Amino acid sequence: MISDALLKMFQKALGEANVWHAATDLHTYGYDAAVVAPVRPGVVLRPTSEEALGAAVRLCNQNGLPLTVRGAGTNLSGGTVPVAGGAVLLTNGLKTIIEINEADMYAVVQPGVVTAHLAAAVEAKGLFYPPDPGSQAVSTLGGNVAENAGGLRGLKYGVTRDYVMGLHFFDVDGNLVKTGSRTVKCATGYNLTGLMVGSEGTLGVFARIILKLIPYPVHRKAIMAVFPGLAQASASVAAIIAQRIVPATLEFMDNFTIRAVEDFSHAGLPRGAAAMLLIELDGHPTQVEEDATRVEALCRSQGAASLRVARDDAERDRVWTARRSALSALAKLKPTLVLEDATVPRSQIPAMVAAIERIADRHQVQIGTFGHAGDGNLHPTILTDKRDKAEWQRVEAAIDAIFDEALKLGGTLSGEHGTGVAKARYLEKETSTGTIRYSGRLKRALDPNNILNPGKIITSERA
Amino acid sequence: MVRIETLTHLMGELEDQLVVCMKCGMCQAVCPVFSQTGREADVARGKLALLEGLMQAMLDDPEGVQRQLNKCLLCGSCSANCPSGVGVQEIFLKARAILAGYLGLSAAKRLILRGMLARPNLFDRLTEWGARFQKFISRPANDIIGTSCARVVSPLLQGRHFRPLAKVPFHRQQPSLDRPASTSGLKAALFSGCLIDKLFPTIARATLQVLAHSGVGLFLPGGQGCCGIPAISSGDLATFRKLVAHNLKCFSKGRFDYLITACATCTSTIREVWPILAATADQPAAAQLAAKTLDVSQFLVGKLGVPVLEQHLDAEKVVTYHDPCHLKKALKVAAEPRALIAANPAYRLVEMAEPDACCGMGGSFNLQYYEISRAIGRRKAEQIQATAAEVLATSCPACMVQISDMLSREGARMAIRHPVELYAEGLSQG
Repeated sequence: MISDALLKMFQKALGEANVWHAATDLHTYGYDAAVVAPVRPGVVLRPTSEEALGAAVRLCNQNGLPLTVRGAGTNLSGGTVPVAGGAVLLTNGLKTIIEINEADMYAVVQPGVVTAHLAAAVEAKGLFYPPDPGSQAVSTLGGNVAENAGGLRGLKYGVTRDYVMGLHFFDVDGNLVKTGSRTVKCATGYNLTGLMVGSEGTLGVFARIILKLIPYPVHRKAIMAVFPGLAQASASVAAIIAQRIVPATLEFMDNFTIRAVEDFSHAGLPRGAAAMLLIELDGHPTQVEEDATRVEALCRSQGAASLRVARDDAERDRVWTARRSALSALAKLKPTLVLEDATVPRSQIPAMVAAIERIADRHQVQIGTFGHAGDGNLHPTILTDKRDKAEWQRVEAAIDAIFDEALKLGGTLSGEHGTGVAKARYLEKETSTGTIRYSGRLKRALDPNNILNPGKIITSERA
Repeated sequence: MVRIETLTHLMGELEDQLVVCMKCGMCQAVCPVFSQTGREADVARGKLALLEGLMQAMLDDPEGVQRQLNKCLLCGSCSANCPSGVGVQEIFLKARAILAGYLGLSAAKRLILRGMLARPNLFDRLTEWGARFQKFISRPANDIIGTSCARVVSPLLQGRHFRPLAKVPFHRQQPSLDRPASTSGLKAALFSGCLIDKLFPTIARATLQVLAHSGVGLFLPGGQGCCGIPAISSGDLATFRKLVAHNLKCFSKGRFDYLITACATCTSTIREVWPILAATADQPAAAQLAAKTLDVSQFLVGKLGVPVLEQHLDAEKVVTYHDPCHLKKALKVAAEPRALIAANPAYRLVEMAEPDACCGMGGSFNLQYYEISRAIGRRKAEQIQATAAEVLATSCPACMVQISDMLSREGARMAIRHPVELYAEGLSQG
């Protein structure tokens, strides 16, 4: 229970309308999109100014109240699930795009700006903010930076980390820290920006984000290639990269996913195909057209059963509708969906896909795999019903096996969903005892009371 | 008072539908209420979590959950955008019924729903008296839109600009009708709907005119009641079932190929809600009737073949069309009303930004949460006005009421019409 005195202090700092503690509010801020147990917070704070944000952090620390920052709550690793009785700090009251600078190609935003809103605003000026996580229609930039979110364009354009030029954030005492700059080059001080990206709200609370923008690509072309076997699809990916062609997106769908999408959307996908690649090239028209011809030839020579090159925007949209509906199509098959994001070096994708099939078989669970073949980030998607206790145990065993396999192949537990609570206990497997100790020391130094999103990344006993 | 375990048990009915939500949160992108408040308990994911909380006895606040459930436009934007295909409206309507059954209806709702709406004859008489006396409490506000506002400060009307009750409701102008099919070989039955009957009888008249012109037979039974959506939205299952039974009886007396309405909300209620929430004994008849229920534009374009014409680019009058949620999101009907507009060469259709964004009406939502409703509606009004159209067309009289209020309060000079009126106008001139 939060004391009345503390509630009053929050109300004074944030305004009464921005401090929520009705049972219906507390109940609805206990979960995010991860399949982890919900936890009820004690209060929900929604600051509407930077000062109020800083004051909220300071008050939490002074009163030892654990604090979890939340944007849209679309996290897939439980990173926004609060601590019981703690505070949830909402950023959606801070959603102003402060500046879009066309001359210097950067944007300054508050943390609650929705990713797709910024993307649309810069596109209207002929600029491009490439990171496009699947939840971009609702996800916030603060959350994207805190999780180092990825998306479909990782291969060519990188991930959120590659676009963060600078940050203003509050440390646990509520002091404003400024790092990075509006310039392309910046060599002053520690690279605190690098430390904060992907820190999942455990080291500080973002107040402002400076994001790099690039010119919007003038031309695009989409290609859909269907393969009779997994090997041919993987060989095509390898061949494309070997030819030094860098598509903006290079997406993969396995047979299970193809069938689910076809049953759901009747888009005319070949139900019998073992795998499909969806490829988009962008850039200067001449180069895009030339690369498209080469990609087509490469896929054919590697044994593609059929190829479809989108001739216009409408056809291009149809290609991407198939990819975008993958998650929906799978989601409709079973009540519970566990979306994993184990990632391996690109060349290990065939081995990883084969391993996932073996794991599904061995543990008797349904897994559909799709994802970003170009950057090695696959999404094995487990379909289950969390009410079925026996099956749920098999699902958990399958997840462990997927993690082990990804690490064995030189990969990582999470390409883009973050560590959160779901993967914190596996982190040592991927890194080392020294890494965990070092991270723990860092955390203790910057957050001595362990109130900043405790239990995420570093399990509480190591913090 | 029934015990909380009973409620938990009742909520259990919804379990299989509730578990479909994977909490991805994509509904936040499209919920009009959430766009105003930013509060999780206002968006579908949050409301579903609240129902789950009641079901699992993790939450002991049925009043709070009921309050949140009622803070919803039932516009269906969330389910239309839901990756998992959660049947949000069905769940919410059932949950509202369960909670109203458990907590009881408020005195005001009992009076309005059971005392008036459930008795179609009395409802008709009361509104006819109202039409005679309304001039004493209201004065004209906008002559083009046709709105009035309160003469004196009124806590009920607040600053609203409202469409007054028609001097002569449709059921007085045309009490009943039974005419066989002629040239088209088709016979339709017409479900008038309360708002068209009492506020917009010209829409029903235009519908009759169009059907007669097309050689369609018509069955218009007298004594029709409300479709029941105000009752079921308030969780009043008894009144809803009474109204469904009453209407089924009215329409059982005639033979017809299709049941048509010019009200998007009535159409979607008959098609989607009657079959699942009518009394068990009435469900087969409700399902049969639902299967042949169409929006008037769907009937004219899909069954009679009103040609889908090119735009009249040189037409002088600009019209813009608002997609009612209950037509576009619920029934996927969007091309047909536009085809009716295009069939009149006097009009050129200019699309507004986000034509299918909800207007914020939501029936009783507008009464309970006028400020939020108005904020959503004002955005709609801005998008409408940005087209510089002379006419706003929409296929739902409830949207018309809301948009009239919003445009009138902005001082807009814009007529608000139903596509079937524009189509009828073209026929009488052509």
